[in-house]
Amino acid sequence: MQPDAAIILQIRGLHAFYGESHALHGIDLQVHEGELVTLLGRNGAGKSTTLKCIMGAIPRRLGSIRLRDREVVAAPSDRIARLGAAWCPEHRGIFSSLTVEENLLLPPVIARGGLSVEEIYTLFPNLAERRRSQGTRLSGGEQQMLAIGRILRTGARLLLLDEPTEGLAPVIVQKIGDAIRQLKTRGYTILLVEQNFRFAAGIADRHYVMEDGLVVDHVLAADIGTATDRLHEYLAV
Amino acid sequence: MDLIFGVPAPLLLGQLILGLVNGATYAILSLGLAVIFGMLNVINFAHGAQYMLGAFTAWMMANWLGLGFWYALFLAPLVVGAAGIVLERVFLRHLYDKDHLFGLLFTFGAAMVVEGLFRYQFGSTGQRYANPLPGGLQLGFMFLPYYRALVVPAALVVCFGTWFVIERTQLGAYLRAATEDPVLVRAFGINVPVLITLTYGFGVALAALAGVMAAPIQNVSPLMGANVIIAVFAVVVIGGLNSIMGAIVTGFSLGVIEGLAKVFLPETSDTVIFVIMAIVLFLRPAGLFGQEK
Repeated sequence: MQPDAAIILQIRGLHAFYGESHALHGIDLQVHEGELVTLLGRNGAGKSTTLKCIMGAIPRRLGSIRLRDREVVAAPSDRIARLGAAWCPEHRGIFSSLTVEENLLLPPVIARGGLSVEEIYTLFPNLAERRRSQGTRLSGGEQQMLAIGRILRTGARLLLLDEPTEGLAPVIVQKIGDAIRQLKTRGYTILLVEQNFRFAAGIADRHYVMEDGLVVDHVLAADIGTATDRLHEYLAV
Repeated sequence: MDLIFGVPAPLLLGQLILGLVNGATYAILSLGLAVIFGMLNVINFAHGAQYMLGAFTAWMMANWLGLGFWYALFLAPLVVGAAGIVLERVFLRHLYDKDHLFGLLFTFGAAMVVEGLFRYQFGSTGQRYANPLPGGLQLGFMFLPYYRALVVPAALVVCFGTWFVIERTQLGAYLRAATEDPVLVRAFGINVPVLITLTYGFGVALAALAGVMAAPIQNVSPLMGANVIIAVFAVVVIGGLNSIMGAIVTGFSLGVIEGLAKVFLPETSDTVIFVIMAIVLFLRPAGLFGQEK
């Protein structure tokens, strides 16, 4: 990260509600251009909810979310997408009524500078072989590659990746990790939700730790050695 | 005289062709219902009333504005579709996250109000609508009016055009994806609420188009929709509630089957669709073309 890199995402005092339940209790975080930042924490800590809030996919949210200096906490999610944020949800969201290629081509291009379809197939060769298959016929790992590949075409520069390694075999996790590293070198800004601390530690610049709907700690990659015990305590089940 | 299965050939062929003409109406109506259900999760019980409105709009255009059939064929679906869009924006959209039953009851109520108003204004005997294409073909076994002969290919064009847009275009990909996961599709930057509104408007316009096409064949009556809609619901259930191709194929087939029933077992012609529906529901609950969730 450049020390003077622009702040792309700035969240202040964010609250979120699912019906009656209060899921986020006023969180603050920021992400600079070109950074790879993770949200760590146990199940139910509010990590996925934070990504959904940024994307506008939760109806009731209060506080402030600034995306490239624009306030989007009340914006509809299609407008947030057009400001350059793209979301790869935890459930992956591969459409069964669409082929692999239709899934890949579904998100509309919102800005120049996205990857071409060929570049995406180079990044994830498995997808090229199966482009005519029904989207949900792919293996879990391939579906994850499709869910990530799909949002690289659109020109969005802020990627919100929700547990891309969940439930995948180690060799696939490694492939996904390589791809995420490549995206970082290409200048993408990435906010990554993870429970797999070893995976996150290997690729991220900084980590936020969440617990019970709050950000409770912040660790730089350089300090990860001294913070390991503390982090394990946060993440222990 | 030639006999086929003990039935005079002219009678059989005649009923087959008339069945196909009726099937054209079934197909367009059930297609609209399937499109609306797929996108809105609403069982549009107002579909019959919207079909009737299409026919009446054509009749009013002819009698009050002097606009002929070919104008009405395009204008009436636009007018009724626009009314459908208002209905969706003002009322229906509040019901999407509720149980199916709310949408069904609301559209059923809306249909009763509209049909009641038209019955009050026009009575229930019905109005005649002039045939825009007089004359016909002498096929030997029957006289086939040009207009009825034209209804079937016209309906095929409408049905397969709709199928093509939904299954083979980018717009159709948005629709199919939004049916599965509207939140995610919206997060890709697509204005899903507008897509939903336009889909409802399009489904309603299809109903109105079927109404205009039926106007020269049947009496234009306030109850014409109520008479046909129950059979159309059976068609959609048989084809599979969310299957576009199922709605089209089943629509045409059941028109033909009804025609055959009129020849072989006339007393069953009104019920044969429901018997088939019961059998299909028993053997394949998701319908012939539907996919189990």
